[in-house]
This record gives sequence, structure tokens and C-alpha cells, in this order.
Amino acid sequence: MTQKVFEGKVVGKSVAKIDSLSLALGKPLFTDDKSFKDMVYVKMLFSPHAHAEIITIDTTEAEKVPGVLGVLTYKNASQVLHTTAGQGYPEPSVYDTRMFNKKVKFVGDSVAAVAAESIQIAEKAIQLIKVEYKVLEPIFNWDEALGNPIIIHDEEEAGYLIPVFYDSKNNHVAHIDALVGDIDQGFKDADILVEKIVRNHYAQHCPLEPHVSIAYFDENDRLVVRSATQVPYHARRIIAQVLDLPIAKVRVIKPRIGGGFGSKQEIVTDLIAASFTLQLKRPVKLEYSRREEFISARTRHPMTTRLKAGVKKDGSITAMDMRVTSNTGAYGTHGLTVLSNTGSKTLPLYHCDNIRFIGDTVYTNLPIAGAYRGYGGTQAALAMEIVMDELAIQIGMDPAEFRLKNHIKPGETSPIFKVLGEGTEGVEQTIDSCGLSDCIKQGANAIGWWSREDHKEKFNTETKKRGFGLACIMQGSSIPHIDMAAAYAKMNDDGSFNLLVGATDIGTGSDTVLAQIFAEVLNLDIESDIVVLSSDTDITPFDKGAYASSTTYLSGMAVKNLAEKIKKQLLDYAAEQMDLPVNELELVGKTVFHLKTKKSMSFAEIGTKALYTENQQQIGAVASELSKKSPPPFCAHFAEIEVDIETGKVRVLKYVAAVDCGTPINPKLVIGQTEGALVNGLGYALSEHYYFNAQGRMLNPSFGNYKIMTTTDLPEIETIIVKTYEPTGPFGAKSIGEPNISGPMPCLSNAIYDAIGIRITEPPYTPDRILKAIKDHQQVM
Amino acid sequence: MALEIEVIINGQQKVLTIEPYDLLIDVLRREGYKSVKRGCSEGTCGTCTIILNGRAVKSCILLAAQAHKGSIVTVEGIGTRDQPHPLQQAFVEEGAIQCGFCIPGIILSAKALLDNNQSPTKEEVKQAMDGNLCRCTGYSGQIKAILSAAAMMRGEK
Repeated sequence: MTQKVFEGKVVGKSVAKIDSLSLALGKPLFTDDKSFKDMVYVKMLFSPHAHAEIITIDTTEAEKVPGVLGVLTYKNASQVLHTTAGQGYPEPSVYDTRMFNKKVKFVGDSVAAVAAESIQIAEKAIQLIKVEYKVLEPIFNWDEALGNPIIIHDEEEAGYLIPVFYDSKNNHVAHIDALVGDIDQGFKDADILVEKIVRNHYAQHCPLEPHVSIAYFDENDRLVVRSATQVPYHARRIIAQVLDLPIAKVRVIKPRIGGGFGSKQEIVTDLIAASFTLQLKRPVKLEYSRREEFISARTRHPMTTRLKAGVKKDGSITAMDMRVTSNTGAYGTHGLTVLSNTGSKTLPLYHCDNIRFIGDTVYTNLPIAGAYRGYGGTQAALAMEIVMDELAIQIGMDPAEFRLKNHIKPGETSPIFKVLGEGTEGVEQTIDSCGLSDCIKQGANAIGWWSREDHKEKFNTETKKRGFGLACIMQGSSIPHIDMAAAYAKMNDDGSFNLLVGATDIGTGSDTVLAQIFAEVLNLDIESDIVVLSSDTDITPFDKGAYASSTTYLSGMAVKNLAEKIKKQLLDYAAEQMDLPVNELELVGKTVFHLKTKKSMSFAEIGTKALYTENQQQIGAVASELSKKSPPPFCAHFAEIEVDIETGKVRVLKYVAAVDCGTPINPKLVIGQTEGALVNGLGYALSEHYYFNAQGRMLNPSFGNYKIMTTTDLPEIETIIVKTYEPTGPFGAKSIGEPNISGPMPCLSNAIYDAIGIRITEPPYTPDRILKAIKDHQQVM
Repeated sequence: MALEIEVIINGQQKVLTIEPYDLLIDVLRREGYKSVKRGCSEGTCGTCTIILNGRAVKSCILLAAQAHKGSIVTVEGIGTRDQPHPLQQAFVEEGAIQCGFCIPGIILSAKALLDNNQSPTKEEVKQAMDGNLCRCTGYSGQIKAILSAAAMMRGEK
């Protein structure tokens, strides 16, 4: 089936990111780059214990320090129960969080905050707060949390706003089960059964800009929060909710953001900065340090995933049974939805009629897990792609052929789409665009998949073993029937436009992508004709924010709808002015043109006349979009690696990502999203790891000891864009932000198996783990 | 006790009043050089990179006093919107900038490299950039941009 592709005038072109020159020039664009007079600085006191009751907390000495302006603890801060998840309303996350709690639940939990004239004074005062704790026994192993006599959350009022399961007495944050077909029959029909249990680990997003908020009162005494946030509108709502303010009294401004990857969907620093501003009537800044970012911000949900699957000798999959235990840490933010995504972003990928999914999210006394690029898909893909690999190998089929045979194709659906959504039931959908077959074929050629045995033979030595791995990944684009995006634009005198979007560019380039979509409809020049302003809750229209792979697909459709409305206005205006039938007019360049008479009216003429002289009106519109579907982007990842069996070192030599994101609105930005995500995924697979001591304290909260990839760690990387056309997306586009982070972990596991014949199911694949696996394997042999 | 230091910042002679414990990053940001970013406060992420006396250094682990009589370059000082530095231009053209928080430091590390080595190999670029983290891009575009800027600066582009 040949798929339609879209070639546009601006869409599909790698125009320069509109903010990139300003960023390269070092302009003061970020949250903390604006100077405020009389700024107040905040430092936090965090719990040294994983689980403890605060018996007494004495802030007297701290308050006496000259320059200290205020101290917040559970005694005087807002006690409104909420979730920091930063989702739409009503949130699918449990309300189990207060700004400060009497009972601390992990090393890093908020105990107090000090506001002072300088950061040094605040730091000094923090050390003078005397806290007496009654230390309680903690739970660290998430596989032992359910039904454990230790109860982590004992708030009576905690619960969800939506009708879903919650049982805090058993540390049980969420439960989901879903069944399609007949799982027992599916297993009976199989010739081969494979079952694997995999465990993924803690990780941090590591945006180079930490969480930072500056709160202040404007000239009209309204609260303004300048915040490094992915969700300005949700942040505004949650600030108003927790601090008991009318939404109209709060303004959230998102400047340029130094990366988010999910971490800045969480409301982490806004509430404390805003609380002090309300108290002190001065600008207040709270910025997390890198250490605090690792310990107290948010992380990826570690999980234990068991996947059992059956296959017939002809390669058809007869049953898939997935069981997930997800560790949400001390608070349940995103606990339900990340869990549902484990199934909903992996199980539809391959044909199978009999599927069972059972998932549980539990509390532990470990760091808080939250939204992280990949959002459950990353965790479950580890299990799914290892098991698919094993199924193929066991029936003697090439793993690439196996996936080509089984992956979902255009025109097909999966029963999982309906039964698993974002925390609740999902939405039925048919796949309209899928380029995964081409991704697999082109990726295989690029890595030398079909000649890999010869290649291995040529390069293998006594101690160094080459291996090839493959993984296929899908994600979604937006949350159907839940999230909405809007955009507004107005025409200026010279025919230029202000494009105001709620969509939140956190470094992804969405301002540019949205401008390209707007320009495509209206024949505009990105640089000279469009001024984009995004994410200021006083000025721009609503948008759910930067998450769930929504911006290009959903906000992009809002912008396309908007541009079409404006196009109609331009045609109507010109028709009236030129006295010509509107249906004979078209946009040609930056004019409205009448082919028969060759009469035309330029945008500048329309802009000027409409504002000053003829049929005066503001040409402009607002438009929005609610997605009806969540079309998956697909990708196929291939790796060539070398395992040194003496040292245990896994070296990635070449990595290929072939991606289908529908129409790539801006190919260079697509490559950036792909490679940024996969390099993060490689780091997660190979080196990124939280080391905890026996008391639950993270031992390596610094870039020196938590190793993210640098330039010298990079393998050769090749990105291949496979163009398809998604009919429900703007000019055929789907998302691309998330899936590529999920490939490396299973892909490298499969490559390690190919190299040394050992299945490693607990990343990161560090030398010590590889050596131990080799040793264990030799003992078994 | 406050003390005075003399520094040249982006070609301008300045006398700054500092505290002995002030870090260079804080003094530079206080003076309005906001391109100098704080990402880790321990000299590992590279977002605070500046050029001091011709070498790329991390300003978050230097005392401001150590810059006395020194010459500092920040990214504000190497190009303008009308006349960007070849590195700034190449980073824009290669799409090597996503969130941009790491970019001033990366451009300065690259500038220090190219000022000393007009024709670095890809491997030399990787080695020189090893102390600058970027979480958005995966680095490939940045490495390409640096090689492309080197070619521009040699007059080949």
C-alpha cells in the first residue's frame, strides 16, 4: 500500500527554529534571567529520613537570623490536599499531597522552607531548624509494598476525584485490569511459551535548567508566577486551588524553558514561591539545586514487568499476558496513568487476539516518580521487545521478519485501544498511518542486519563479542477526548500576524512548528510575517501544555483550524472590497487573487484597510481542537554493539533509529527530537542509575556521579525519517517527542543476547552487571 | 570584607566590587551576563562555561577573585543579531539548538577549541565538548555545527 505524503511550501522544510538565534546570542530568555528588585530567596529543608513522623519542629532560631523573612512548615503553610501532577481537571492522579506534611515519606520530602534576603542567609537558617523525628520503618522494595503492614499514607481524605480504585491502607495507588479474547485458550493454542520478568530502574530527566519559579505581585496586586513549567494553565489552576485564590487573580508566565522531559509537568517550586509572595508582598525565587533536582523533584517509575506470551510455529502470536507493578514512590502523582500507558503503548503494537493486562501501582518510601518522556511505554517496551525477540528466536524466525509479520498495519485496530486509555477506558481507533514496515526494512539495511552473522564472525575476538539488536516502539499523539488546545491570531497593518498559542515550547521547537503550520495555510514567511507568543495565561488562549505527545498533533490542529478561519476572513474581506465572488478568489503568495481578472489585494493592503479605512474590523480569530484519536508514531531501532567479556563493558558502535511521525513538519527538529530521546535512552540503558543506601538515601545526586551521556560516549547515530500521512493530524503529522527514548533499553538487551547469549533483564547494563550475568550463566551451564 | 577586582569582560574594562567568597558565575550574572547559566554548581554540566584568558572554564567553580586582571568572554560578547559569530550562525543553521540552556556554554567551549585549532577532527570536537552536557539534542547536530563553523572560519564556506 503506497501511502500519501505531504510536501508543503513551509511544512516539511527544516526552517531555523525561530528562537534559536536569540538563544545562541545568549539573550536573557529564561525564568531566572530577569532581575527583580528586592528579590527574596528561598531554601528548602528536606527530610533526612525515608519514613518518619515529625514530633516537634522548632523554627525559632532560624527566624532570629538577621535577614530571614519567613519560614513555612506544615504548621503554617496551606494544607490543601492536591496532586502535583499538572494534568487536566479532574486529574487522574490521587490527591495525596500537601505542601508540607507532618509525616515525611522519603529522603527528600519537604519539611520546611526559609525565605531570606540572600540565599546564603536562607541556607544558614535552614540549618538552625530543629526537627525531632520519630523514625518509622520504611518500604523500599516495591514488590513487597502491596498489603505490607507498614502504611505509608494515612491521610483520611486522600483519594481521586475520578471514580477509580484507591486503597492507601494497602499502599495501593492504582489497579487496572483488562482482558480481551480468551487468554487461557491463547496459551493452549501456542507452540512455544516465553515468560520474562524485567525490572527497570529509577532515573531523572536532567533538564539542564532545574525547576525554578519567581513569584511576584504586579502593579494591580495580582499574583504572577514566572515559572519553568510545561503546563502553565494547569499550574495556574493548581496554584489557585492550593493557595485558595481566584484563578483570575493568578497569572503564570512561561518564558523559554531549559528542557523538561516530563519533570516540569509537575508543580514543584511554584507553590512555595507563591506562598511567600502572598506573605511578604515581594518577588520570591525558589530554584532547586541539581542535588535537590535528583532527590526531591521527580523521577521515572521503576517497575517490575512480567510478560508471558505464546506463539505458533508460523510466527503468529496467540496470547500476551502482562503484569506490572509500578513504584510511584512516596506520592501517587501520575501513578494511575503511567500504569495504564505501560499496556496501552505496547500491547497494540503486535497482532494478538487474546490479551490480559493486570497492573498495580504502589507507594514506597523512595523518591517520587512522575511523568517522564515515554511515560510507561519505556518501561513496558523493555519486557515486550525482549519477549518478542525471544519468541522469534525460539521458533527460528528472524526477529525483524517476526516483527514485520506481526506489527499492526494501516487499516487495522487493536482491542487494547478501547480497553486501556489514560487511567480509564480508552478510545477505539483504526490505524490510518503506519510506516513501521518501512522503518524496519530501512533500519535493517542501515545497520547491516541481514549480513550480521558474517560481520560478527569477521570482528569477534576471544574477548570482544559483537551483537546486533532490534526493538520496535509505538507511542500516541495526545489524549483523545480529554485534552484541548487553542490558538489565537490577529492581523497587523502590514499583513503580518501575531500568533498566540497556549502550547508550551519547552525547547522542543513547537513555536516554530506551529508557525510553520500557520504559514503553510496562509502563504506566510516564518521570519517576517509571524510573531509567535506562547504560554502566558493572561494573554494566550488555553492549551493543556507540553505532555502526552500532544503539541504538534493537537495544538497543530488548533493552529491549522485557526489559519483556515483567517483565510476565510481574508477571502471574504477581499471579495467585498474588490466586488468579486468569493468562490473565485484564492490565496496566491501574500495576496488574495482573482484569476479571471488578474485583480488582487495584498495582505498588507487588507491589513491596513481593515484597521483604518474600509469595512473596519480586526481580522483575527480563535480556534481550538479536541483530539478524537491518538495516532501512534512508530519507530524501529537497531544497534550494533561490542561486549567485552573480560571487563563487562558494553560499547555501542552504531545506532539506527527509523521513525514514522507522519509528515515531518520540520525534519531537523524531528531528528533533534529523535536523537535527543534516544541518547537519553542510551544513557538510561547503560549508565544512569540511582544508587540508594540502606536508609533509602540516593548516594549519587550529581552529574559527576549520575552519568548522562556526553559527546565522547556517543556511538555513530543514523536517523531515518519514513514519511507517512496521518489524515487526522495537521498536514499529516503525528507526534515524535517520546517513542525514541524507549528503544535503547530493549534494543541493547537484545544485542547483548545476540553477542553473548545471555538475556539481561535488569538495566542499566553496567560492566558489573554484565560480568555478574556472565558468571551466573557460566555457573548454570 | 568587600574587595575590588579589575576585569575585562567582552572587551570592556570593569572594576567590580565583590565579596571574597563570591563565585564568578554569580558576579557575572549579577552584572547582567545572564547567558552564564547555573546547571549543577559543581563544574560538571558546562552551562556556566566562559572563556577566561583564552581558555574555556567553568565559572561556577571559580571564585570571582580568581578572575582579577583577567579577560573574560561570554557569549553576549562574540556576536550580534546582525553579525553573529560563525558558531552562532552554524548552530542556528544546523538546528543544533533545542531548549538552548546549554548553548552559550557549548558555543564558548567550541570557540576556545577553534581559536586554538582551526581544523579539528570530529574526534577532537567530541573531546573538547565532553565537559558540556546537553539533554535535548543528542549532540550530533552540535558536532556538525562546530565543524561547519570551523570551515566558515577558515573561509571555506
